[in-house]
Amino acid sequence: MDTKKIAYLLLNEAGIGIVLFALCLLFSLFVPAFASMNNISNIFTQISINTVIAVGMTFVILLGGIDLSVGSVLALCTILAGLTITKESLPLSAAIVLSVIVSMAAGMACGLFNGWVSERWKIHPFVVTLGMLNIARGAVLQVSNSRTIYSFPKEFNAVGTVSYFGIPLIFVVAVLLVLFGHFILKKTVFGRMIYAIGNNEEAVRLSGHNVKFYKVAAFVICGATVGLAAILYMLRLNIASPILGNGFELSAIAAVVIGGTSMSGGKGSLIGTLLGAAIIGVLNNGLLLVGMGDFARQMVTGIIIVAAVVLDTYRAKVSRMLI
Amino acid sequence: MDTDNIISVQGVSKNFPGVRALSDVSLDIKKGEVHVLVGENGAGKSTLIKILCGIYSPDSGTVYLDGAPYNPENPRAAMEAGIRVVYQEFNLLSYLSVAENIFFDKLPLKGIIVDKKKLYADTADVLKRVGLDVDPSVPVELLGVAQMQLVEIAKAISSRCRVLILDEPTATLSPSEISRLFDIIRVEKQQGLTVIYISHHLNEIYEIGDRVTVLRNGEFVGTRNTGEIEIRQIVSMMVGRQMDSEYPFMDEPRPLDAPLLEVRGLRIAASKHEISFVLKKGEILGIAGLVGSKRTETARAIFGADSKLGGQVLLNGAELDIKSPKDAVGHGICLLTEDRKSQGLILDMQVDSNVSLAALDKVSHRGLINHGEERRHAIHFTDELGIKTPSVAQFARNLSGGNQQKVVLAKWIFRDTKILIFDEPTRGIDVGAKYEIYLLLWRLLAEGKGILIISSDLNELMGICHRIIVFSEGQVAGEVLRPDFQQEHILRYAYRVS
Repeated sequence: MDTKKIAYLLLNEAGIGIVLFALCLLFSLFVPAFASMNNISNIFTQISINTVIAVGMTFVILLGGIDLSVGSVLALCTILAGLTITKESLPLSAAIVLSVIVSMAAGMACGLFNGWVSERWKIHPFVVTLGMLNIARGAVLQVSNSRTIYSFPKEFNAVGTVSYFGIPLIFVVAVLLVLFGHFILKKTVFGRMIYAIGNNEEAVRLSGHNVKFYKVAAFVICGATVGLAAILYMLRLNIASPILGNGFELSAIAAVVIGGTSMSGGKGSLIGTLLGAAIIGVLNNGLLLVGMGDFARQMVTGIIIVAAVVLDTYRAKVSRMLI
Repeated sequence: MDTDNIISVQGVSKNFPGVRALSDVSLDIKKGEVHVLVGENGAGKSTLIKILCGIYSPDSGTVYLDGAPYNPENPRAAMEAGIRVVYQEFNLLSYLSVAENIFFDKLPLKGIIVDKKKLYADTADVLKRVGLDVDPSVPVELLGVAQMQLVEIAKAISSRCRVLILDEPTATLSPSEISRLFDIIRVEKQQGLTVIYISHHLNEIYEIGDRVTVLRNGEFVGTRNTGEIEIRQIVSMMVGRQMDSEYPFMDEPRPLDAPLLEVRGLRIAASKHEISFVLKKGEILGIAGLVGSKRTETARAIFGADSKLGGQVLLNGAELDIKSPKDAVGHGICLLTEDRKSQGLILDMQVDSNVSLAALDKVSHRGLINHGEERRHAIHFTDELGIKTPSVAQFARNLSGGNQQKVVLAKWIFRDTKILIFDEPTRGIDVGAKYEIYLLLWRLLAEGKGILIISSDLNELMGICHRIIVFSEGQVAGEVLRPDFQQEHILRYAYRVS
């Protein structure tokens, strides 16, 4: 490999990987508890849900869009799934399968609304999903009577604590989803269209493609990942609540942006998103172990987000010079 | 040193990483002349201009201004020395008024407030000089392209301007606007202005230029008096080889009589007229017309890029229902748009991805892209069309204009459509690449396709078309067959002079 190619890689995913590695190294050196098996397993658990949502968010942001509604939609999905799973008229296995389907379907329906409305009337997704944020929150409070559901079957709850050699099942699900999404983006016609539209929508339309379909599809995918994340959330915390998910959209967007995906679309990858989610998780965890308070940690996360975007402008400049 | 020279470039070289943009170039610009600078894309014209106006500084060699070494540190220093440039892409602030744009860096003040009265009066004076009749208080965004250009020129000559550099000033102008621009240049020349004029339109050299300098691959090829050189010789100097003609036209294949594409009573937005014409199989049909004659709009409506208000489009006699570009491509019609950067290419994607953009089904199986196959096809096309790129993995952004256009062509040839509509296919492309594109059209004809070409370059249309239809104000004003091709003839239709 020539130096240019190496430099190019460093400026992309490899660079984010190095930052993550450096962070881990730093924390391991100064906080002995950080590198313990138990703590690492904790970090995996903590970043799983954000990673899953960020996968869908990456699809939307690659198209130059944004989805602010994921937090409320997640709450809606948990309540609908929670109501299904606690239905005593259903046999246990059917109830569990059905709750997963209900959760994903609810997420996808919200995504379809977001995508369809913003495409049909050419409204920026920022506004439409801001509306959906409120619609879904209102709906879930209405449906649940603002009550939390936590009487899930113990068989269901048990799945949430399964782990293989210290790697929690829900993290495995998140990583498999990242790999599957990465495959879609990099190897399929669908993925190619996502990148192409994000770069130059008009050129893609004039090349004879149905751009609207792909833009709506990205929101539906995002909704599906939210539906999946809702199930993982219930597995992990054994509750379904109408008030959860506040600010989840910001963590997901942060993971995507730190992972190097451009807010204007067309550039980025899911491997970057996974690393971005990991950086946020490691920082939160490590700084907590160091003894930093909640408020200070939030500030640090904010600084990291801005730094990532600033770095992104340099990255674009430098990689253009290299080629 | 010859005191006739206002600018003298002596042995100037300029390198960029991996590229030698200028190597040991020497040339003289005489006081009060119109000096035309020609050369293919990448010949070094822009680099030379950027050195003159203080954007780059030369690696070696010296530029003399009035016999004294001249090395402006920045564009401002060049402006103060009286060297002004009007670029192809305008540098106007679209929400500000004409007057504010012209006097942007020297607004007349009354205390701390802008003296509007004086500003507008001064502006009116300059506008008169360039023959532009607009209200100085109108925001620039409301002006047409030709008017914006005149504002740029007014801005340049409103301050002490000794050398005016015009970079492809006629690329977007209509014939009447061009002749008005030339009149202004002639008048200013009489007043002692020196003009450096860059153009891809070689016939303009004779109309406006006193001397012409040819650059090739960053090297100086020669300077000639325009009266003493033929266009053919200039082309040979530019491409470095003999070329028989600017345009290839062949006797074979001949167009068949059968209509391939028929447009009947097409109605488009913002026009009350109906458009009807026929494209035959194996024919290159040209569409001539002034800027604003709705040629591009017609093409876009046929292709489904914009919606049409009425009328029919028939392919081999069967009516097509085209509501989107997707439908058009499905029926075998493609449109090579006027603006390749914003509508044809995905600049930040690789050449191979761009080539397969309209034919992804040919390089994929069940939705999975076969990258090896994609690459193989792209390499095939870069070889066949002579696309100059280090590899097909190069980003389209880094290719020169001519090569970018060939990538867009490759995209549609790969799609293999029956009808190709080209909107200004050779705009901003150098002579050598133009020639190759023309040859390619003939290869496509041999496969039984029909080609529709919109061009503002009449010589080009007359050089390559079997037949030309002339648009005027949104309707087909006339049709001219090849034996009757005459510029005057076509322009008469375009201006509707009987």
